[in-house]
Amino acid sequence: MKEKATQYPRRKSAILPALTIAYRQVGHLNEQIYREIAKTLNLPEVEIAEAATFYTMFPKQPVGKYLIQVCHNISCALLGADSLIEYLEQKLGIRKGETTKDNLFTLISVECLGSCATAPMMQINNDYYENLTREKVDTILEELKAKA
Amino acid sequence: MTFYSPVRTNAAEVAKSDRCHLFKYIEDPTQVEVASYVSHGGYKAWRKVLNGLTPEDVIAEVKSSGLRGRGGAGFPTGLKWGFVPKDSPKPRYLICNADESEPGTCKDRVILERDPHAVIEGMAIAAYSIRSHLMFIYIRGEFGHSIATMEKARKEVYDKGHLGKNIYGSGYDLDLVVHSGGGAYICGEETALLNSLEGEKGLSRIRPPFPAVEGLYACPTIVNNVETLSAVPHIINRGAQWFRSMGTEKSPGSKIFSLSGHVNQPGNYEVELGFNLKKLIYDPVYGNGIRGGKKLKGVIPGGASTPFLTPDMIDVSLDFESLASIGSMLGSGAVIVFDESTCIVWAILKLIHFFRHESCGKCTPCRDGTGWLDQIIGAIEHGNGRPGDIEKIEDICGNILGRTICPLGDAAVMPIQSAIKHWRDEWQYHIDHKQCLVKTQFEFK
Repeated sequence: MKEKATQYPRRKSAILPALTIAYRQVGHLNEQIYREIAKTLNLPEVEIAEAATFYTMFPKQPVGKYLIQVCHNISCALLGADSLIEYLEQKLGIRKGETTKDNLFTLISVECLGSCATAPMMQINNDYYENLTREKVDTILEELKAKA
Repeated sequence: MTFYSPVRTNAAEVAKSDRCHLFKYIEDPTQVEVASYVSHGGYKAWRKVLNGLTPEDVIAEVKSSGLRGRGGAGFPTGLKWGFVPKDSPKPRYLICNADESEPGTCKDRVILERDPHAVIEGMAIAAYSIRSHLMFIYIRGEFGHSIATMEKARKEVYDKGHLGKNIYGSGYDLDLVVHSGGGAYICGEETALLNSLEGEKGLSRIRPPFPAVEGLYACPTIVNNVETLSAVPHIINRGAQWFRSMGTEKSPGSKIFSLSGHVNQPGNYEVELGFNLKKLIYDPVYGNGIRGGKKLKGVIPGGASTPFLTPDMIDVSLDFESLASIGSMLGSGAVIVFDESTCIVWAILKLIHFFRHESCGKCTPCRDGTGWLDQIIGAIEHGNGRPGDIEKIEDICGNILGRTICPLGDAAVMPIQSAIKHWRDEWQYHIDHKQCLVKTQFEFK
């Protein structure tokens, strides 16, 4: 994080990359993380919080080990994103916005992820899963469960 | 070896024709490596620039090529570069806008993931033209794979001496920072991007001053789209005249179109500007027609912020002027296809929901207006529409259009206005009968 910050003429520019690093490690952001980033970058904590809260990409509450983000925007919706979300709700036994009891999966839907010609799609943690079918979703969930 | 994204392209056709250029090696998995990129003629243009062209030469060549911004606005690239004041004592910055998030658009990601060096080389040449020694690529945060690919490419170019100090012995220094954004659509707007890159909230800025005069850290800054910059090395290598031999007089060159929605073969297709939209949708090389043999209902030709076209309008040339002349826009080249079973109210609700979510909240008409529109259109879609709602939507749209600092407000209302214009009866039916005229039910396979 410190090394990344040295690339910028101004330290404040490193806030978003720092938040990204933290979010990828922890899975979500909170005030404790803002404090640590503030200390590392030698910036006021409020500046970290201000940036973090603007960007909805960073969850501000704990999420499951796997954060499933289904694109619900137009190109994906035309190819069944709504029914994909329903299918995942059914498979995981949760509603959109919830986390499974074993803390493994959190399911949310998000705006366009830039994968429109390979719709429908979902992002799980750092990875994209494109051209989804029921069969593919089944396999992906099984593999993630086995890995967990 | 397989690609990270399985998106379909027309690379084979591009390689055969030698007309287009961006996709020539896009299906070659080794293209991400600097050695392979160089063996395909990569960094030749950058070397040529540093070994003898002045910044003015570069700007003149790009100006004369007629290259126009591929991010949506279509502004002449060389002209933009020329706006940087020559006598400014401040540092200058070049930024590549890789915050791709206009719904329907997925063209930059394929370049970032599969041909990162083309982007870096284009950026380097652009940076030199404005005498910049530090350049940034702002990649949307969700593109984790693109960010990793670009960081790897960055390391390679430093190792091979294509960037860094005294490049190719020319005495020119140039550094690159790979920056990950926070996934906000608004940060694709250049002034919001600048705020975001400064570590602030991504709110758009009032212009003037334009970024070319006061941009990043209040220094002269040029922001260009990924696809725009990727075209630059080819222009330097093959000349402005070659570039002009493609496309139309006012929209020269080639362009990547992201084709999505109800077509048999969605994908990213590089064609010359001026290509026929109907052909893109129906030709077996490209979209190969509408899924399930259904009839076409409408097309959004340039991303979610551009007005709809009806089937009788699609025999049109895909260039900036032709689409403007029929009341729409080329935008980012994201063609979204809707078949006859799509309820227009349902489709518009998806779009307005997006714009409401992505409005940065700085301008009242956009912040509140998109919220009201989302509520009213949501009510209509869910069977709670009331008489007069269509007129109310039109009134709100009219009060957002042209009254915001950045184009997000306009972007939000233009597809709605066109959808009411083309399918007013369907909106009315929805309000009167509390249900869709056509039942939208799209199951995934």
